[in-house]
Amino acid sequence: MDKRQLWQICRLPVFTWLGLCALLAATCTLAFVPMGARNLPVSLCIAAMKAALVGAVFMQLRENNALNRLAASAGPIWLFIMFLLVGADYFTR
Amino acid sequence: MTDSPFLRPPWENLARQHQAVALGMWIFLVSEILLFGGLFTGYAVYRHLYPEGFAAASAHTNIVYGTVNTAILMTSSLIIALAGVFARARLHRLAWYFLLATVALGVTFLVVKGFEYREDIENHLVPGPEFAIQVQGAALFFSFYWIMTGVHAVHVTGGLAAITRLLVASREEPRWLSGSGSEEATALYWHLVDVIWIVLYPLLYLGGRTHG
Repeated sequence: MDKRQLWQICRLPVFTWLGLCALLAATCTLAFVPMGARNLPVSLCIAAMKAALVGAVFMQLRENNALNRLAASAGPIWLFIMFLLVGADYFTR
Repeated sequence: MTDSPFLRPPWENLARQHQAVALGMWIFLVSEILLFGGLFTGYAVYRHLYPEGFAAASAHTNIVYGTVNTAILMTSSLIIALAGVFARARLHRLAWYFLLATVALGVTFLVVKGFEYREDIENHLVPGPEFAIQVQGAALFFSFYWIMTGVHAVHVTGGLAAITRLLVASREEPRWLSGSGSEEATALYWHLVDVIWIVLYPLLYLGGRTHG
């Protein structure tokens, strides 16, 4: 395998890592910008984007079969239901 | 295919074995997400009940250590992902060294965390009679901080043990890395440890930074 072929197979993970670094720099900088109640949602949105990048590329969900994607989606779905039911009490008081 | 030395019962061929390993690992990872999900939910409720205490307390965590460790863990995720890419391309020796580099980064993460813990203890950030921040709810934030980062560090240690096992097992027979499915399963676990930290980072390090 020559250098060009090597770069070909490494390219996507490396670009994904660069994206993760850019998002880390953005979220760290935005933490010092006064946005009131929006600071937390913004930082959590960036965290979700980073988690999605790791899941899609590094954990290969992008190219995986439907069964693995279904199993993986159970995590966020049950987490969402737990937040929804707990939030229905605490966050509406 | 069927007489591969890496094939384990009850699977008929390696392709099926790999599918089963990945699916089984994903089901385990989802149970891990729900373990941390309980902590995230508790954190959300108490942060809602004590917004001032949580803001005051999170300004006391060390954002430099937190950010450096995020970068270290994200980089380790890239390195182990590349180890998988190399293993699948039959570049087993290169894959082996990338796994070794992942262990080095994981250990670095734990060392940085250790320095951070020492500073936290010196600054009286352990909830108890000596606790430094006199705002209601601040001690609760630090209870979550210690438990979440502690449970996460246990996961990092478990991941390091799993990668070390890969390194030992594949030392004599590097083809084992692409054959057995163990590399794939271990990498999935390591990426989840990274994802959990990606979520912990804004919860523990980024709050309360805008109040002077």
